[in-house]
Amino acid sequence: MTRTRTGPEPVAVEAPRGRAGLADREGFLAWAMLLPSVVYIIALVGIPFLLAIAFAFSDVTTGDPSFDWVGFQNFDAVFGDGVFWRALRNTLIFTLVSMVLIVLFGKILANILVADFRGKWFVRFLVLLPWTTPVALSTISWLWFLDSIYSPADWVLRHLGLIDGNVVWLGKPGTAMASVIAVQTWRLTPLAAVIVMAGLVAIPRDIDEAARIDGAGFWRRMFEVTIPLTLPVIAVAGLFGAIMTFTDMTVPYVLTRGGPTHSTDVLASWAYFRGIEGGDVGQGAAIALFLFPLLLAGAIAILRAVRRLEGQ
Amino acid sequence: MSTDVVALRRRYARRHVAARCGVYAAAVLAALVCALPFLWSVISAFKQNQDLYDPESNPFFFNKPATPDHITFLFTDTPFLTFVVNTLIVGAAVVAITLVLALPAAYSLARLDRPWGTPMGIAIFMVYLVPPSLLFLSLTRVVVALHLEDTLWSMIVVYPTITVPVSVWLLIGFLKAVPKDVEEQAMVDGYSRLGAFVRTVLPLVFPGIVAVVVFSFTLTSSEFVYALAFVSASPEMVVSTGVPTQLVRGDVFFWQSLQASTVITAVPIAFLFNLFLDRFVTGFTMGAVKT
Repeated sequence: MTRTRTGPEPVAVEAPRGRAGLADREGFLAWAMLLPSVVYIIALVGIPFLLAIAFAFSDVTTGDPSFDWVGFQNFDAVFGDGVFWRALRNTLIFTLVSMVLIVLFGKILANILVADFRGKWFVRFLVLLPWTTPVALSTISWLWFLDSIYSPADWVLRHLGLIDGNVVWLGKPGTAMASVIAVQTWRLTPLAAVIVMAGLVAIPRDIDEAARIDGAGFWRRMFEVTIPLTLPVIAVAGLFGAIMTFTDMTVPYVLTRGGPTHSTDVLASWAYFRGIEGGDVGQGAAIALFLFPLLLAGAIAILRAVRRLEGQ
Repeated sequence: MSTDVVALRRRYARRHVAARCGVYAAAVLAALVCALPFLWSVISAFKQNQDLYDPESNPFFFNKPATPDHITFLFTDTPFLTFVVNTLIVGAAVVAITLVLALPAAYSLARLDRPWGTPMGIAIFMVYLVPPSLLFLSLTRVVVALHLEDTLWSMIVVYPTITVPVSVWLLIGFLKAVPKDVEEQAMVDGYSRLGAFVRTVLPLVFPGIVAVVVFSFTLTSSEFVYALAFVSASPEMVVSTGVPTQLVRGDVFFWQSLQASTVITAVPIAFLFNLFLDRFVTGFTMGAVKT
């Protein structure tokens, strides 16, 4: 309180106005208005987070919720299970490939969406669908699209004479992983596009016009003006995509349930299968905890990109 | 010389036409790729079983007359409507809690310049990046301890952890765009600081508030992990978990009804979101760029 600008004296000065009091003291107001959110977040994010760490060192199960310290036993069990390593590798592939594709398509989509053309409103509506639809539902649509017998993709390929019978997209490790990545990319690309759009809109018009007058063509302007100027925003879009993919379990859960034979299990889904469906909360928590170090790295990277954005 | 000018003009005109065609082709392609599964869902939803379950029939056309039976089935014989109502209840409650918590917090961070304003803002934003997949196990225990399992309340209490941080972030952007003179004038006129915020600033950021409402509702309706972990009783489920778990009986998928439920849910949300897309885009830049 001692260093704040509006201490007791300014209140006394304002007193003649007749409305001074707590509602005018900035130092008090600033805390009072922020406090509910902070308390709420500490109670339902901070404490559960600590609890998650504690669970990883305990023998809590859904059947026996009593807490007993077991040290690194859960981690030993998790490491000893080949599925964990498989899930870890899958998570990394899933995240990296999706992120690259999301950034690439998001950038292209953003450029389309800022252009002027007729029917733009309708195109924007269709483009937003993948992102605004509840993930579980749009994944159901894909589940049917990739059906083992009635997939229209198969029908087209069959009629083009490229395949006999069916591909069975979700039944083979390679195509199952490709499908999961494709759905994730499809669903997050609009979000990346919206973020990149925010960056494109913020570029001052005169810079683009100056480049035009200097005779720079579309591609030159794209690579020498637009992309360097929007790089921080593109980075933010990419990191958002990466974090949301890294921690996502919905697409693998609904599309493949981690199969066939764990080939699309990711850390988040494996934690769910272990912790909720298997009932072993301790092991589930230990698996989920592995999301944290990489998540932290991603968050710090976002922070840096945003700082650079502010520096502009 | 005049022929040169004409040739040049023609070249530019050609280039212009080519560029326009390129834009339209790209736009149509993007729309098709994004909407393709939904398009196919719409067609599937109206198909008869014999038509749908025939690998030889063209999946993009009606080979037998279209039927609304499966959509009637969805509304009369499945709990879909209950899921929709639950989603709306949870969404409305979460949006209300989000505004009550986020508006004052954003004002405090954006306007009442405290030295801890910026780091606190960043800390709150970082909370948005803590994913449900990290917290669902411990939050499930918390929900059980509070006796909220299998109720809508479990979601109403927990979902603001997702919506509050991102809403604070967006609102900071909108609040910073309001000129400071507005409040100062109101305070000269005799309002307290708090009064000035409520009477003059809030009406001015109304567009931002609407954007936050739409965004929070979208996030709430798409959430899956918490809803799946907290609620396993069908009457208390929301659309995002109810449809994939309850409209499938064992290995029997009611495909047409499933597709219809996806489209029925997807279209209104995307429509609403599209209305406020520009505000959302500007809000995002303002929060990040303006200081």
